[in-house]
Amino acid sequence: MDLLTELTILVLAAFVGFEVISKVPNTLHTPLMSATNAIHGIVLLGGILLIGQVDGFVNKLILVIAIAFGTINVVGGFLVTDRMLEMFKRKPDPRREERS
Amino acid sequence: MTFYSATFLQDPDFIRALYIVAFVCFILGLHFLNNPRTARRGNGIAAVGMAIALVATLLIEEVGDYGLIALGIAIGTAVGVPAARNVKMTAMPQMVALFNGVGGGAVALISWAEYRHDLSLGGNPDLDVLIPLLFAAIVGSISFWGSNIAFGKLQEILPGRPIQVPGQQFVNMGLLLVCVVSAVVIASGTESQPLFILILVCAAVLGNMFVLPIGGADMPVVISLLNAFTGLSAAAAGLALDNVALIVAGMLVGASGSILTHLMAEAMNRSIPNIVAGGFGGVAVAAGAGEGEEARPVRSTDPADVAIQLAYARKVVVAPGYGMAVAQAQHTVHELTRELEKRGVDVAFAIHPVAGRMPGHMNVLLAEADVPYEQLKEMDEINPEFPQTDVALVIGANDVTNPAAREQENSPIYGMPILDVDKADAVIVLKRSMNTGFAGIDNPLFYLDNTSLLFGDAKDSVAKVLKEVEAL
Repeated sequence: MDLLTELTILVLAAFVGFEVISKVPNTLHTPLMSATNAIHGIVLLGGILLIGQVDGFVNKLILVIAIAFGTINVVGGFLVTDRMLEMFKRKPDPRREERS
Repeated sequence: MTFYSATFLQDPDFIRALYIVAFVCFILGLHFLNNPRTARRGNGIAAVGMAIALVATLLIEEVGDYGLIALGIAIGTAVGVPAARNVKMTAMPQMVALFNGVGGGAVALISWAEYRHDLSLGGNPDLDVLIPLLFAAIVGSISFWGSNIAFGKLQEILPGRPIQVPGQQFVNMGLLLVCVVSAVVIASGTESQPLFILILVCAAVLGNMFVLPIGGADMPVVISLLNAFTGLSAAAAGLALDNVALIVAGMLVGASGSILTHLMAEAMNRSIPNIVAGGFGGVAVAAGAGEGEEARPVRSTDPADVAIQLAYARKVVVAPGYGMAVAQAQHTVHELTRELEKRGVDVAFAIHPVAGRMPGHMNVLLAEADVPYEQLKEMDEINPEFPQTDVALVIGANDVTNPAAREQENSPIYGMPILDVDKADAVIVLKRSMNTGFAGIDNPLFYLDNTSLLFGDAKDSVAKVLKEVEAL
């Protein structure tokens, strides 16, 4: 893809990012930060793209570490966010719980 | 047939289409995260998007060495899953800092490997690759080291108070200058791996120096800022590697992270430049030390007395803070409030937006202890009710109840919105000791005539009070 197309996408993505987080309640700041944190773990894909192309032990080692780091970021990030949000779930109505 | 389907799957257009699906998932996921009811689903949708992007990338023709990829992912999963599963709710903030750090580390490592690869192919890459690559290396490295320091501070491996080196600002400027100048030298045609490593190292030191002087109370904002940094560096890496998934996802995080940082800073009435300059800490420590010397008298009380005050009150407002979180007292607190309600006391919880170590920290803990959502009142809602409150029970909260923020113009936290607990008829503060709070500022609340203090571990104290209430 040429640079200009990539820059266009970059700028548009920035605006979507700004818009989507306009009015978030305080309560959700932490989970939201944690979820966006997990999303930038996408750098993992960069490591995957490169590792087959590079030669030499050092390069491969650097990239295996990078992939491991990226995976920790993604997997850990989404799991931690899920654990936080689990706390927010509505308590089921006790009467309805009895019936079901 | 297999051949046909294989080529179809590896078609760049097919992969790009999968990426588009992933982007939709990310954006929808973030959108759902704006509402407490749909937030969990939002997180799930974003995770699905990530899985789709991962599969799509694995299909790309140039991708090889699947063994090593599997090894990296296996190591990452083996570390990340137990860490995320076992971390205590109270340690959540530092976990997020750590996850953010490894993300930044991955960006820095990838850009280093890419540069080494380009050199082995015969020299510097074109500028449209080289410039984003250098940017990713600098910002990724800052983010990695900065997040680690933030982790250290929150985990209390490092002291939470600001650590300042003389001439800090100049050293930081110098380090940044070295990074930028070296980057310009490389970009103008010098092919040198040592210079690239110098950039990584200077950025690493800069990351350390940047977070060390920032006081603990500002840490959530700093983590959010570093989160946005990592997003930007991931987008830059995407430009360098010509991968649109990295560009979009990275930039989404860069942008939403910046907004989020701004919102958080606003909730604390702090400006981001102010936080980064590290002013909070320096003044704060001085003020704390100065007032401490006077050793003003405080009134301490005992559990039986507290029990009587609470049980015969009409209206009690509980203001929880980090002390409740560290003591894991939320369940006991809820038992106490239920006992009080049985006796006809009107009980509410006053939630300061930044009580604890992160916004929403208290909501999470109290929800975990099954406290009904309706009892949690936000600051603006509860503040007008304090004058009609008989007893304000402050459990391990300090800075967010400090009247200095309202009254003392020279106080470092002046202007920060606080819970007006001092306006209640009586204030009972549960505290471990007379130490100052995370911000390192003395709290005039403790010396008021209507304030009494109950020293001890929050969970312990609440349990004792509960026992006394039950015995009444």
